[in-house]
Amino acid sequence: MLIDWFTVGAQALNFLILVWLLRRFLYRPVLSAIDARETRIAAELADADAKRTEAQRDRDELQHKLSELDRQRASLLERATGEAKAEGQRILEQARKAAQDASTRSEEALRREAQNLSQALRRRTQQEVFAIAKKTLVDLASVDLEERMVRVFTQRLGEMDETAKRRLAAALETASEPALVRSAFDLTEQQRADIEKALGETLSAEIELSFVTKPEVVTGIELAAGGQKLAWSVADYLSSLEKGVDELLTGTPANQGAGPEPKDEPASR
Amino acid sequence: MHLSPDEIVFWQHGFLKLNATIVFTWGLMLLLTLGAWLITRRLSTGLERSRWQNFLEILVTGIGTQIEGIGLHQPKKYLGFLGTLFLFIAVANLCTIFPGYEPPTASLSTTAALALCVLVAVPLYGIEDRGLGGYLKSYLEPTPLMLPFNLISEMSRTLALAVRLFGNMMSGAMILAILLTITPFFFPIAMTALGLLTGMVQAYIFSILAAVYIAAAAGTEKPATTTHSDPETGGEPTALPRT
Repeated sequence: MLIDWFTVGAQALNFLILVWLLRRFLYRPVLSAIDARETRIAAELADADAKRTEAQRDRDELQHKLSELDRQRASLLERATGEAKAEGQRILEQARKAAQDASTRSEEALRREAQNLSQALRRRTQQEVFAIAKKTLVDLASVDLEERMVRVFTQRLGEMDETAKRRLAAALETASEPALVRSAFDLTEQQRADIEKALGETLSAEIELSFVTKPEVVTGIELAAGGQKLAWSVADYLSSLEKGVDELLTGTPANQGAGPEPKDEPASR
Repeated sequence: MHLSPDEIVFWQHGFLKLNATIVFTWGLMLLLTLGAWLITRRLSTGLERSRWQNFLEILVTGIGTQIEGIGLHQPKKYLGFLGTLFLFIAVANLCTIFPGYEPPTASLSTTAALALCVLVAVPLYGIEDRGLGGYLKSYLEPTPLMLPFNLISEMSRTLALAVRLFGNMMSGAMILAILLTITPFFFPIAMTALGLLTGMVQAYIFSILAAVYIAAAAGTEKPATTTHSDPETGGEPTALPRT
């Protein structure tokens, strides 16, 4: 008989014991070790995952900050560039203005200098011209001229308008001293009488006159009484001419000052 | 010349006896337990681990994967029984390389005991998973007419399990013994190597078949495909090494 039933039972028992033994010493420890390792690996993976997520977040944050910084830097740079440009423009403008001012000033100074120079030149010329004219007239003054002057003076007296006459009359009346007639040369008796006569006709009154000779009158006669003055003199013409020339030289329009009616007369003697 | 290690009796007292089968089984039990204890007493749960621990882990997870591949979705529950079956048979067969060793699996008593354990374990697991009614009902499927055939199948497959393993192991030992007398030296070495392969294949077949039976009983697989085709599927690889 190949089967020994006692052995069968013993072997079955042995096998069951072995099952228990291996379960106790092999499967359980090995499986629990594997489980523990898997748990640990899972935990480590989860941890790594969390760390990676955190790192990703940090990286994103840093990236964001970096881009923000870049943006800020760019805007700052842009602003600074703009400011620098504006400042440069302003400085340039200022310099241009200063240069323009300086140029204007120097131009002005130059112009003024030129003007002054030309003015001085004109004045000098004018003075010379008048000095010459005066000297000529003084040189030319003579008795004949005196006579003619007296005639012109008396004619003037006669041609005086009513208001002038009245004013002169009032002046003569109020004057405490006799009216004074000044001339460059001594007047003859005849001439004196002519003047007195003409004055009397003009004012319709007897006027007392005193005669003085004064070389400053140049060539002419002057009647002064109580602050009123009636004169005919080449000096008057000269000063009138001088005034006109002055006006002409300084550039002011001298349309009416240039031509008093007796202009030609002294020049033509 | 012994046909079975049962015949080598060291001690006997009436019904009780101590034969080579039991003694070598004890030896194997001691070897397995001691080896497992030596390795597993210092298990590392970290990433660094010893080669032996790696070996054991591969072994255990490999068995678990095989069990899962059969269709049992909770391999840990069946690992104790099926894994021990495989390990015991494999180690018993592999130890044939040691001179003077008589594999306990070459004794019909041992294989019968193992087959009986499977015979008992199958309904136990079946009842645990499906309940008593559910398990018993599986004998009436697909029709109640099939009940006698199902019962016969249950018996015959147990017998087949026992005889297949015993036949293979016994024949291996026998062929080796015969060849030693006819052609000594090199030829027996080749046969021994072939015997080792046969032993591993048998261990695999035995435990896989047990897993298939349990899976069928537990109802995780269609009973029709497994309960009725087992003796044939198991029978085929056994023929190969013998010829």
